Amino acid sequence: MQFFFEVLIAGLLSGVMYALVALGFVLIFKASGVFNFAQGAMVFFAALTVVGLKEEFGFPLWAAIPATMLVMVLLGIATERIVLRPLVNQHDITLFMATIGLTFFLEGFAQLVWGSNVRKLDLGIEDVPIEFVMSRTGMLISQFDVIAAIICAILVATLVILFNKTKVGRALRAVADDHQAALSVGIPLQHVWAIVWAVAGFVALVAGLLWGARNGVQFALTFVALKALPVLIIGGFTSIPGAIVGGLIIGASEKLAEVYIGPHVGGGIEGWFPYVLALVFLLVRPEGLFGEKIIRRI
Amino acid sequence: MIYRESGQYKTSYVNDSQIFPIKQDRYAVLAIIAFAFLVIPFIATPYFFSAILIPFLIFSLAALGLNILTGYAGQISLGTAAFMAVGAFASYNFMLRVPGMPILLAFILGGVCAAIVGIIFGLPSLRIRGFYLAASTLATQFFVVWCLTKVPWFTNNSSSGVITAQQIQILGFKFDSPQEKYLLVLAIVCVLALLAKNMVRSTVGRSWMAVRDMDVAAEVIGFRIMKTKLTAFAVSSFYCGVAGALYAFCYLGTVEPEAYNLDLSFRILFMVIIGGLGSILGSFFGAGFIVLLPIFLSFVVHATGLPNSVTSNVELMVFGALIIFFLIVEPHGLARLWQIGKEKLRLWPFPH
Amino acid sequence: MSDSGNRKIGDVILKVDNISLSFGGVKALTNISFDVREHEIRAIIGPNGAGKSSMLNVINGVYLPQEGTITYRGEQRRDMNTHAAAASGIARTFQNIALFTGMTVLDNIMTGRNLKVKATFLEQALWIGRARKEEMEHRRVVEEIIDFLQLQHVRKTPVARLPYGIKKRVELARALAAEPTMLLLDEPMAGMNVEEKQDMCRFVLDTNDQFGTTIVLIEHDMGVVMDISDRVAVLDYGKKIGDGTPAEVRSNPDVIKAYLGAH
Repeated sequence: MQFFFEVLIAGLLSGVMYALVALGFVLIFKASGVFNFAQGAMVFFAALTVVGLKEEFGFPLWAAIPATMLVMVLLGIATERIVLRPLVNQHDITLFMATIGLTFFLEGFAQLVWGSNVRKLDLGIEDVPIEFVMSRTGMLISQFDVIAAIICAILVATLVILFNKTKVGRALRAVADDHQAALSVGIPLQHVWAIVWAVAGFVALVAGLLWGARNGVQFALTFVALKALPVLIIGGFTSIPGAIVGGLIIGASEKLAEVYIGPHVGGGIEGWFPYVLALVFLLVRPEGLFGEKIIRRI
Repeated sequence: MIYRESGQYKTSYVNDSQIFPIKQDRYAVLAIIAFAFLVIPFIATPYFFSAILIPFLIFSLAALGLNILTGYAGQISLGTAAFMAVGAFASYNFMLRVPGMPILLAFILGGVCAAIVGIIFGLPSLRIRGFYLAASTLATQFFVVWCLTKVPWFTNNSSSGVITAQQIQILGFKFDSPQEKYLLVLAIVCVLALLAKNMVRSTVGRSWMAVRDMDVAAEVIGFRIMKTKLTAFAVSSFYCGVAGALYAFCYLGTVEPEAYNLDLSFRILFMVIIGGLGSILGSFFGAGFIVLLPIFLSFVVHATGLPNSVTSNVELMVFGALIIFFLIVEPHGLARLWQIGKEKLRLWPFPH
Repeated sequence: MSDSGNRKIGDVILKVDNISLSFGGVKALTNISFDVREHEIRAIIGPNGAGKSSMLNVINGVYLPQEGTITYRGEQRRDMNTHAAAASGIARTFQNIALFTGMTVLDNIMTGRNLKVKATFLEQALWIGRARKEEMEHRRVVEEIIDFLQLQHVRKTPVARLPYGIKKRVELARALAAEPTMLLLDEPMAGMNVEEKQDMCRFVLDTNDQFGTTIVLIEHDMGVVMDISDRVAVLDYGKKIGDGTPAEVRSNPDVIKAYLGAH
């Protein structure tokens, strides 16, 4: 039983990471209806930029992070300008494919600038079991994962405040509800989109830092980020709480599946389990746990 | 020869619904096919066959398959490579386990297996659309490759998961050299492309496009949505399956499941986007473009004296940028540009 | 005008009884009953949101009503399904044009023939046997419809490039290609100018006259409705408030109230 809880908690904590990437998707999807496939590439790009600035240019960590933040904001604005603005009113599949293009571009660009080697990122948080928990219950819970979860919680709280309490947040929600109506009451649509992309860039940076520190900064990050897709299917594409809950479900279930089902079928099922779980979910509840039911009219 | 259609009166509906209604097009296409069959085998070098022509033809076939699904039936798929893998490994096993199995039949059966997998993973498309479907096809991609890697039966208990494709022999004739393999692939691709063209110009194709453009209206007219979508999945997967088998038997020779990874799926999606969604000819343009681009880029990188590692990254960037460029500027891809060019040529030199 | 021509209004072909339809608590239709006779032009009118389009959607199975029955050609059903409706000869057009935008006019109209296609998938792929012969036969029928609706000049144009009025006509052509027994037209003249309306009126009347097609039509233009229809049903807030010949409906106090407001 103790082992079960250990796996469960480790799974939940890694689910927090998925949730973090999914959050970036939700932000952009809510505000502009774009399914940003490039969110994973943005995570990779952000992490690589931090490491690159640190190692190649000797930036200290406290300077590399804000500098990368700036880069991500610029990237977000540029994406909105160059890629999405010309595609306004296009089919959502077209937009989706455009973000696949963006993914490839970013991956190539990041590696062209910073090289393709796996890099270590040290945030100064050690990945060791928490002694307090270990001595009390005998469970191995990573200190790093817990701190990462706390950082995520702070980030989500900040976003929720931003969305619900500020003027920008109101504009964001208005745009999310109805582009045309938002435009007609004088909300600058393109500003809002630029802000959303910048915020998504920031979320990607946080995710990239935490993930990079845990697993090393490498190309594989973009694949891990793909797991945000099943997270979104389970949580619903437009819901921030959905992204969190979906992330936790995916994280926990894939770890449990790997540990309990994996050995019977040859292992390595983590790679596809979340997708198949999402598929089953789609057939039962296509709008996700927290999504709104879509009624199509003709 | 001037490109004109004046004087070519169509006096019957048969004439009007030909594949290439304009006489010059018809002759040009016949000339190209004749050239590919009769001249190229004697002038091309082995490198040219195995690095450019064979992959070009195989990718064209895969792109054609994906184009049927995405371009004609409007169902996006990120799992093309998985269907190719099914085709390849199924063909391999048919050859391995059925004594005296003719290779062409093995290819066809490989395609059929891929079609069955396609139908199974296409079932969710009945309830979901757009990027939900993209996510579910990702499930196909990861699950199939995992399955092929983990179940030893599929790879004949090969410890590394690598299989070696059997020798190709048809009616006692061995296809060994790149030249012979090229001719085989060319013949298969020509036949399948013709079949695809027939499908898209008849009711099957119209049902796909109808469901793509407005599914509710299609249903009201009497198309059965489920049948239409699943047919698209089946046909598309069949094409991809055959392409995958050719990829193993005529191009790589030895294959592991990982060769059919997500990257390959994306590459084929790019061919379809750049070549032209909903165009048979576009699939060939797209495949040619994506096969030639890396060769061209590595040539440029060499010429400028940059390190080799730059090539693959520049390749990613150029692919990405081109996708975005085509989606913004010409969503119907190279095929549309080709058509515009022909329209201009029709009027040239008197454009007014 | 409605009595001209050689058509004869026959027996009841479609009968809906006590149809109620709601969407999650919102009542779209309440207890609606009416009938349609063979070869007649039957109009359904009513203010916006009266439930007219919902009624058509119930008739051809797009929406499933919670209560009531539909009797079509003597066969009583709880609800219709879209395929059964199409197969039994009900065709329709939509209020917001529902053409296949990526296809040419010719291909759009050809889709209307789909239920008459006998060739199997394999025959079509190989372009042999029935496939080829049928394709030509369908093409001939479609060309007749193209002539009838005067669409020759746009035959090979992608529909996305056509002006609104022509699109509406293509949609009618697609519905006619199925050689329907009954045609449901959802605001066929909405958003048209006077000339286009006149053309469309003529096409509707000609269809009814030449092919004997029964027509159920929703229209806002009262002049048109009163001129061309044999009988008119009036809906308001999902309820039927009047039914009868144009003259009867015009003098019905409830209808006047609904259209002119309470006095």
